[in-house]
Amino acid sequence: MSLREEIEKLIKEQPVKGDELLIALNLKKYFPVRRGLSDILKGRRLYVRAVDGISFGIKDGEVFCLVGESGCGKTTTGRTIIGLTPPTAGYLLYRPRPEIAKQFRDLGFEPVYKDYFLLNDLFRNKKANKLLRRELQIIFQDPYGSLNPRFTIYSTLEEPLVVHGIARTYEERFRYISKALEDVKLTPPEEFMKRYPHQLSGGQRQRVVIARALILDPRFIVADEPVSMLDVSIRAEILQLMLELKARRNLTYLFITHDLAIARLICNRIAVMYLGKIVEMGPADEIIEKPIHPYTKALVAAIPEPDPSNRFKIRDLPIRGEVPSAINIPPGCRFHPRCPHAFDKCSKEEPPLIEVEPGHYAACWLYHK
Amino acid sequence: MPLLEVKDLRVYYYTLKGVVKAVDKVSFSVEKGETLGLAGESGCGKSTLGFSLLRLVPPPGRIVGGKILFEGMDVTAMPEDKLRREYRWKRVSMIFQGAMNALNPVKTIGDQIAEAILAHEENVTKREALERAAELLKMVGIEPRRIRSYPHELSGGMKQRVVIAMALALNPPLVIADEPTTALDVVVQAQIMNLLKRLKKEYGMSMILISHDLALIAEIADKVAIMYAGKIVEIGTAEQIYNNPKHPYTQGLIRSVPRLRGAKRLEWIPGQPPDLRNPPPGCRFAPRCPYAMDRCRREEPPMVEVEPGHWVACWLYAKR
Repeated sequence: MSLREEIEKLIKEQPVKGDELLIALNLKKYFPVRRGLSDILKGRRLYVRAVDGISFGIKDGEVFCLVGESGCGKTTTGRTIIGLTPPTAGYLLYRPRPEIAKQFRDLGFEPVYKDYFLLNDLFRNKKANKLLRRELQIIFQDPYGSLNPRFTIYSTLEEPLVVHGIARTYEERFRYISKALEDVKLTPPEEFMKRYPHQLSGGQRQRVVIARALILDPRFIVADEPVSMLDVSIRAEILQLMLELKARRNLTYLFITHDLAIARLICNRIAVMYLGKIVEMGPADEIIEKPIHPYTKALVAAIPEPDPSNRFKIRDLPIRGEVPSAINIPPGCRFHPRCPHAFDKCSKEEPPLIEVEPGHYAACWLYHK
Repeated sequence: MPLLEVKDLRVYYYTLKGVVKAVDKVSFSVEKGETLGLAGESGCGKSTLGFSLLRLVPPPGRIVGGKILFEGMDVTAMPEDKLRREYRWKRVSMIFQGAMNALNPVKTIGDQIAEAILAHEENVTKREALERAAELLKMVGIEPRRIRSYPHELSGGMKQRVVIAMALALNPPLVIADEPTTALDVVVQAQIMNLLKRLKKEYGMSMILISHDLALIAEIADKVAIMYAGKIVEIGTAEQIYNNPKHPYTQGLIRSVPRLRGAKRLEWIPGQPPDLRNPPPGCRFAPRCPYAMDRCRREEPPMVEVEPGHWVACWLYAKR
């Protein structure tokens, strides 16, 4: 089977439409584990199966959320998608804008399906990878760790322009940087350019991180827990800014968070991950109001609300225990040891992600006809 | 007589760059069996306040004024030796933030729990102390045979349970829990909160829960104090604070908690908290306050009782 046929087949089988901006097909990312001497002698290889075969498509202009607990693979998915770490298996398809697509063609790449290029190939080519930075960018979680403390804000924002040769003269770069700072509401920009990260508050730093991600005018942004390190009172301000920028510049976000309440505020669709797999995917409101998968139900039930009457009741938690290690993933459905509804089949066969209601997918044998 | 009474407590950090007034004239009390939730954002002084109740403020911090009265004893004036033998851990203990780092990696958890018992109680053998450690583990929902486990053999949620068991080792009347569920996943967080609720109910334990998360505090607190820039700006029963907040900061903070149910709204408090080395004169919230008047920028607002048990430090409610 040729690559094109295989991709066409996967698009038919997997929960994607085939017209999205970015499509992940059976994406896997394994990390080798350091082995002891006995493992080496026995020739045993151990892997953390951080992302273990997931498929999804992110539509143009959408905010797509990956939600899950720590260690579920959501951050690894985000990093793999923009090429910070190469995928172990699976395909990543992306539809670049025409002028960038032309440059990929000039470099000798051809679309593998319709006008989609295969990111797996582009990541391996140095020039193509650099060009991709003008399409795909990332906002990291920690605004304290993701800015160089020895760079002024000006140098931080100037670097991508210089590396990509975008604004060649000083005046042009100055104009770009002023605009970028104004866009994230750090005004007056001249004031902030001279400063170092330690002279800014957490919220201001995260604005600089956003400005840096946007200065090359990308279309697709991976936002990895962009507000979880910030104080509650300013989180919404950053989220609002991200939504404004999205509308103004026609961006598409992959938003990674552990907090369903935040996902609900800004996402169109949510995918819930558990131990490297998507267990449920669908419109944000449906996932929260009518969750299907027992794991999603438990997540929704566990989230506290600012309601003082809650103190008189013990929270009803349908699931027990904690997430097992991603090295020893349980057989069958990986959630079955914690699931209150588990039956025979669950421990033997892995449930596929099927469409339970239009656009709402779940991987659970309970809903399999 | 309340179990704990704090009067005009001031804790300052004497740094090279100036004096940081982390806790500035803070007063509150905790009754027996009551849970006080202490809410505030990073840097508001809530953890410093927690540490100062055990007189464990890390240097260059110091308690510079005010009183901490526990069952009528003056903790601030107690000699260090008496404090260690009779007060700290025995009367008031603490569940530290980040269970991962609060445990000693080279000792079994049984030994670590027993250590507290052996250090405080005479005529207790190691064997008896370990037996009690096993019982404590059972109480917090861990199999007693785990006393021989090392911290790395336990999951995050279990380590947090061990830290809770340690805090309960001497059966103290008051436990301070400083962000007991940060770094834990939501499901495990809910499990831990259920455990704390159970302990509160079954053992009549008094507690101070310190957290930035108002939703988490609502899970357990009977009384809530809101801290901003080193001061308590509002204190009252949980119902008063959540259902009828008076201080503009409390109102903004509650509105900015993202909710899973109800209306979707993105609300926030513009601006950022002041530098505690050089706080603004008058009300410290005035620069961010939508209702700030002239007076707010000049004079510090007094605490006034707006309804029985509900105190607010805001000029909007003070009688002129």
